Amino acid sequence: MSARPGAVAHQFDDARQQREAAELGMWTFLLTELMLFGGFFVGYTAYRHAYPEAFIEGSSHLDVLMGGINTGVLIMSSLTMALAVREAQLGRRKGIIINLILTIVFGGVFLGIKAVEYSHKIHEHLVPGPNFVLDSPISNNVQLFFSFYFAMTGTHAFHMIIGIGLMIWLIFKARSGAFNGEYYAPVEMVGLYWHFVDIVWIFLYPLLYLLGRH
Amino acid sequence: MSALTGEDAPPQAPRQHYLNVTYGVRSWLLTLDHKRIGLLYLASITVFFLLGGMFAVMIRAELVTPAGDLLQAETYNKMFTMHGLVMVFFFLIPSIPAALGNFLIPLMIGARDLAFPRLNLLSWYVFIVGGLFTLFAVVQGGVDTGWTFYTPYSSTYSNSAVAATAVGVFITGFSSVLTGLNFIVTIHKMRAPGLTWFRLPLFVWAHYATSLIMVLGTPVLTAAVVLVALEHLLGIGIFDPKLGGDPVLFQHLFWFYSHPAVYIMILPSMGVVSEVISCFSRKRIFGYKVIAFSSLAIAVLGFLVWGHHMFVSGQSVYAGMIFSFLSFFVAIPSAIKVFNWTATLYKGSISYDTPMMYAMGFIGLFTIGGLTGLFLASLAVDVHVHDTYFVVAHFHYIMVGGALMGYMAAIHFWWPKISGRMYPEGWGRFSALVIFIGFNLTFFPQFILGYLGMPRRYHAYPDEFQVLNVMSTAGATILGVGYLIPLIYLIWSMRYGPRAGSNPWKAKGLEWETTSPPPTENFLTTPLVTEEAYAYAAPDVEEQEGARVG
Repeated sequence: MSARPGAVAHQFDDARQQREAAELGMWTFLLTELMLFGGFFVGYTAYRHAYPEAFIEGSSHLDVLMGGINTGVLIMSSLTMALAVREAQLGRRKGIIINLILTIVFGGVFLGIKAVEYSHKIHEHLVPGPNFVLDSPISNNVQLFFSFYFAMTGTHAFHMIIGIGLMIWLIFKARSGAFNGEYYAPVEMVGLYWHFVDIVWIFLYPLLYLLGRH
Repeated sequence: MSALTGEDAPPQAPRQHYLNVTYGVRSWLLTLDHKRIGLLYLASITVFFLLGGMFAVMIRAELVTPAGDLLQAETYNKMFTMHGLVMVFFFLIPSIPAALGNFLIPLMIGARDLAFPRLNLLSWYVFIVGGLFTLFAVVQGGVDTGWTFYTPYSSTYSNSAVAATAVGVFITGFSSVLTGLNFIVTIHKMRAPGLTWFRLPLFVWAHYATSLIMVLGTPVLTAAVVLVALEHLLGIGIFDPKLGGDPVLFQHLFWFYSHPAVYIMILPSMGVVSEVISCFSRKRIFGYKVIAFSSLAIAVLGFLVWGHHMFVSGQSVYAGMIFSFLSFFVAIPSAIKVFNWTATLYKGSISYDTPMMYAMGFIGLFTIGGLTGLFLASLAVDVHVHDTYFVVAHFHYIMVGGALMGYMAAIHFWWPKISGRMYPEGWGRFSALVIFIGFNLTFFPQFILGYLGMPRRYHAYPDEFQVLNVMSTAGATILGVGYLIPLIYLIWSMRYGPRAGSNPWKAKGLEWETTSPPPTENFLTTPLVTEEAYAYAAPDVEEQEGARVG
């Protein structure tokens, strides 16, 4: 977040103040993200409370296996992200790049599987809106479930795409030797962001796929 | 009289300062200097203020006569909607924080800039893009849902440019979040040596509390707007009762942000009043820590009262009772502030310069606005006056009588620092008086109208309400003139006003220790703070206090 990589921006007294500011800024930003997803979770909870059967029926239309694989993939990506931060702290350029590429690959696999899931839903006419078709007495309420399914997983996927973009930017910076044992804040900040996005999925998966399923 | 007199030599402007260090449009549009970004905000919100004011003119012009003769009902709906939207999201919320807070916070804490200057500039661009979307909606034919976007007006039955407006509000939210985030980090990490938390000016405390609300509340509005936009664009039924959706859920999500947003508007003004009252009473502020913590208390309690907007919308009676009870609690920290300001005035040596007149106006009008808020927080009374002009009068006493008075006080108080020039004091006091009279004439009759049962948001009304409505429109005319006078003389003073010198008010605070206008880096050497804020006491008073303590 500084003007010149490695250098201390003019408004800061020293590198320590700059790093602390970046850390606090990132955590504050994650707080805002928490509130954003919080709004969705509140809506989900209110409707799940109102229509428990419809939400169970809706979740039985989701593919647990694909969701499960994706959960595993995302946890792996968190590991490689953490390793990338560690490599950055040790100032190992090659390690940073390899681990970031692995993280991007895992993120890409996740998004690919998600895209397959979405296309299945489109074929099954389970996308909310005028084309929604479900042979069920409570199909309207099931449609509500899918509204939240798409709104929440869509917002999550959007965050992942941004995260992947940030990692590509980090790879270019790492290639030019921007990071060393003293200056690695950008890698750490993107790492925090990526872990946050993973944690959101850790909550989305049981809420959408598993809860109430037999 | 003004503290200007008594200076030995006429004040000189510094040779180089943030205004003349570079020239040209490019140097402003790409600036990373928090002072220049503050001025970019100041100019933009002034434009939005004039725009929102024009919508208000149309509203008051229509209401001169009982019949709906000037505007059709649909057009009238668009007028009050656009008035509310522009004034809330594009003037009041960014007003003091983004313009003056941006300018002053680094100066007040002895920093060279905010922690993230590029984020700061980005927030202005985001604000402008959001504003353009909303202006686009105006050109598209306007929006008629009320600024609250209640579903199903905004979804199933919307017949106006809801989508563009919603996108505008959605985008502007990010600028608010970025500003709040920047302030929080700056206040935590960038304070000058010796400037402990309890030596911070109360303006900074107020902005810290404001930033917390911006950061915690705005994302929830974002979530709500995203859901409405999805429903509107894709025809899915998140808030549509036909599909089992609940319109009241939207109201919960909306007010979870939008009630705390009221405190985004009023808290910075409270910070301004603390600065101004202390300076023009030449006295240390009474109860510093209590005022500081009351700002935080307002920020926290503000998140727990949103349900009082929904007493008649079908939420549970028990929820209503709890929200009513919690709403009364907000009155406590607010009253603490008012009492402490009054106690600061006691035995102070008071001078009525323009900022002080606005600050005094704030205290009186905010008290009326706050107390009528308690009427509305009471369940039974609210059922009677809900959606009447009583509510309109109440929140205008808070937002115009409170927030805008504080904004005017701030503009005048720090104008010498911003521009390096004095505004004409006589005109300043005159317009403060005009605004005070115009404001009360506009909005006090609306309390009576509301209590008599005139509903808000209709373009026609029964004949017996005409006298009070004519009074209100007359007041609005006076109020409008009152706002135009400062606009003219402030612009005039940028070129022709007398040089201010670094501290024309003999005020305390780090921002007065640097030159007017300040250099780009704010301070030539990092200041060292050795005393508490508001150390105004004259030597003899200090002795008396020392004797009493001893």
